[in-house]
Amino acid sequence: MVHFKVNGRVQTFDGDPEMPLLWYLRDILGLTGTKFGCGMALCGACTVLQNGKAIRSCSKQMSTVEGLEITTIEGISANGPHAVQKAWAEVNVPQCGYCQPGQIMQAVSLLSSKPKPTDDDIDSGMAGNICRCGTYQRIRSAIKEAAKETA
Amino acid sequence: MIATEKTSLQTITIENVSRRGFLQGMFSAGAFVLCARIVPEPVWAATTGVPASVNASAFHPSIFVGIHTDGTVYIVAHRSEMGNGVRTSLPRILADELDADWSRVTVIQGDADEAYGSQDTDGSHSVREFFDVLREAGATARLMLVRAAAQQWGVPESQCVADPVHVVSDKSSSRKLGYGELAALAAKQPVPKKEELQFKSPQQWRYIGKPAPGYDVAEVCAGKPVFGMDVRVDGMLYAAIAHPPVLGGKVKAVDDSATLKVIGVKKTIAIDPFKPPHAFQPLGGVAVIADNTFAAFKGRKRLKIDWDNGSNAGYSSAEYKKELQQTARQPGKVVHSTGDPDAEFAKGGKIVEAEYFAPHLAHASMEPPVAVADVQGEKVTVWAPTQNPQGVQEEVAKALGLKKEDVVCHVTFLGGGFGRKSKPDYAVEAAVLSKETGKPVKVIWSREDDIKFDYYHSVAAMYMKAALDDSGKPKAWLQRSVFPPIGSTFDASANYGGDGEMSMGWNVVPFDVANFRSENGQATAHVRIGWLRSVANIYHAFAVQSFANELAYAANRDPYEYLMTLIGSARTLDVGPQGAPGINEKYPYDIGRLRRVAEIAAEKANWGKKKAGKGSGMGIAVHRSFFTYVATVVEVEVDDQGAIRIPHVYTALDAGVVVNPEMVRQQFEGAAVFGTSIARTGEITATGGAVDQSNFFDYQVARMNDAPRQLDIHIVESTAPPAGVGEPGVPPFVPALCNAVFAATGKRVRELPLTRNGFS
Repeated sequence: MVHFKVNGRVQTFDGDPEMPLLWYLRDILGLTGTKFGCGMALCGACTVLQNGKAIRSCSKQMSTVEGLEITTIEGISANGPHAVQKAWAEVNVPQCGYCQPGQIMQAVSLLSSKPKPTDDDIDSGMAGNICRCGTYQRIRSAIKEAAKETA
Repeated sequence: MIATEKTSLQTITIENVSRRGFLQGMFSAGAFVLCARIVPEPVWAATTGVPASVNASAFHPSIFVGIHTDGTVYIVAHRSEMGNGVRTSLPRILADELDADWSRVTVIQGDADEAYGSQDTDGSHSVREFFDVLREAGATARLMLVRAAAQQWGVPESQCVADPVHVVSDKSSSRKLGYGELAALAAKQPVPKKEELQFKSPQQWRYIGKPAPGYDVAEVCAGKPVFGMDVRVDGMLYAAIAHPPVLGGKVKAVDDSATLKVIGVKKTIAIDPFKPPHAFQPLGGVAVIADNTFAAFKGRKRLKIDWDNGSNAGYSSAEYKKELQQTARQPGKVVHSTGDPDAEFAKGGKIVEAEYFAPHLAHASMEPPVAVADVQGEKVTVWAPTQNPQGVQEEVAKALGLKKEDVVCHVTFLGGGFGRKSKPDYAVEAAVLSKETGKPVKVIWSREDDIKFDYYHSVAAMYMKAALDDSGKPKAWLQRSVFPPIGSTFDASANYGGDGEMSMGWNVVPFDVANFRSENGQATAHVRIGWLRSVANIYHAFAVQSFANELAYAANRDPYEYLMTLIGSARTLDVGPQGAPGINEKYPYDIGRLRRVAEIAAEKANWGKKKAGKGSGMGIAVHRSFFTYVATVVEVEVDDQGAIRIPHVYTALDAGVVVNPEMVRQQFEGAAVFGTSIARTGEITATGGAVDQSNFFDYQVARMNDAPRQLDIHIVESTAPPAGVGEPGVPPFVPALCNAVFAATGKRVRELPLTRNGFS
């Protein structure tokens, strides 16, 4: 039995310890904002925050979440849009939108460690998150917008 | 089945259904609701002779626009949202003509329904085919509101006007009535005839031509929209399927004992192999049914299956490439011919030849194929991220021996589509498994399934030959393409490119060449072939626009100046039939518009002002597809190791009337990134009939650090009919990038992707 927190609420789990956090969030808790894209930590669609830092939930087994604080896209939206979400909407980033929760969580994590990221910081910080619609230019603009907000 | 083949003009018939019983529960009493039936004109002509009024009982009416008594306007988006922006652009066309307040519009996603006409959201059709009918629906509703106000006030209709927004005003006084207040009375009006409608002039447009953010943008940023992957139905089971590794393969024997020991796995079910042609049927294989996705995936990994790989087991990409290239060197079937190129070639002079090759590609939408189906006796409900909801109805009905009307298909948000989700095989799998289990079933494809079992963009070999005159201009031009066609998916014997594929940048080139011949050779498919964003335009534009660039260097001319000479003076190009009757008149191939976009792209890029070579350079390419004219200039920097950076891309496009410039920009930004993936790394190969790639490590797509750093999109103002915007940005990007690489390094890329040429 593991105990941990998702968006501030205590959760327990005693199912298959190999189950990735992604499928626990989606299939068991019904938090479907976190997406499945590759299952190998290659695309970033499943990005959530672990104690404030971005991780790939598809490659995080439930046997390793004991005591962690996990935040999903639903968690950062609880009290109205986060500065990053506001910037995303302002720049009209999304096309299909499927990868965007992961992109937003990655950007939140990036800005928490680098509040004033350069273009190269953004490129390297976001390189793990694929957007097949090709919204990268707008993602870069939105991160800069959000950086102004949060500064 | 292919984009241009179904290009047609649409006819709309509108019915007032405000007082019909079926609306109960959806609209309050007094709501004003219009339904529409949209039919392509040739179908009309064939079935009814003339567009007479439709017998209201003859079709299941589908709500197109409804106005609640509180003033909320409901507009149906009947096409699929996959990042193409149709949930914004289509309702805004109707809202504009209705003079509705956009902030009071609620968009409803339309279920599968043939009353909407084609819902197959591919071929960049949505705006260009439905622009006129959506305006007609809006103008109809507006006139009925105006008439309701005239009746209420007891004044002539001519005294009433829908202005400023969401109200009807009395021109002779200051009275106004809101749309909500007028709904009940509008609901009692007969539907006006088309001749009575007054359409706005472009100067009066409120929304058309004005940039708007996505209707769903705030929800998307909060992770709220329900994609196919997110559908949850009570009592739902989860399924992962082990598909035959080779197309047409069958299960010889299966040992599922280890699978059944996995926590959460319920059972395994064999799925029948398809009967050729495979079309949209499931591939067959063994399904693992579980109570969560992970258990289904884990259980599948533990299946021990002995496969009979069948007749495609000899398919190897390396061998196949040689076959295609050999075929391309031989005369093929003539697609189009003018003058006598052979006579010119026989005269000698400067002859240039080149061969190009482009591999298979996979769609790799971020959301892999996924669907939920619930079979209850003779009725089926499907939730699917589908570009083709009526296709889901048809294929599910066929597989289960039911009628199309017995299948309800709810369209979810799509996590990308790019053509893959026009093929409903995955929805059929869900329905077959729901029938077997008696429970709702969600079929989830992993990324590996998606890459290994796609309907692949075709591999293609092209051979090009030109004879140049003393000025360096071609006197004669010959081009041959060879590729396994999309037709092979629907007819196993199809091995020549179809009319649709030939119309995609191959039957003609937009060049001033007196002696021209295009040919196509035979190729047999060994994997499922399908359409991918911009389809055959990709390899055709790659060959034509790369070759034009090669000729410029052969003639010792600046590539842009030379390209403009090749294009020649403004004129209408004879392209032969482009789909249904009337299309050629609506969308003539206007060389003047092509010249204009090339001039703009070159000007924006400061063409010729920066010195090429020493690792930096610019490339240009032009292409018209889906009736949109595009020119792209790509700037590259290549380091000593061959690593490519793309600092800047300049694209100019003329898509006729643009409904939402913001979304058009997004589509062309995205197309440049999609093109970057194709050009740099895109390659699917097969060994022993099985696809070699599996996930984003060996099928790499552009990431932020690979993608162009700055994308400048310039939209040409135009009054021409709206053309496609989702796809046309892709084809010219690839050769423009390769031409830039040549300018920067002197290395000509004749085979895609760039990673095959020592670049990264």
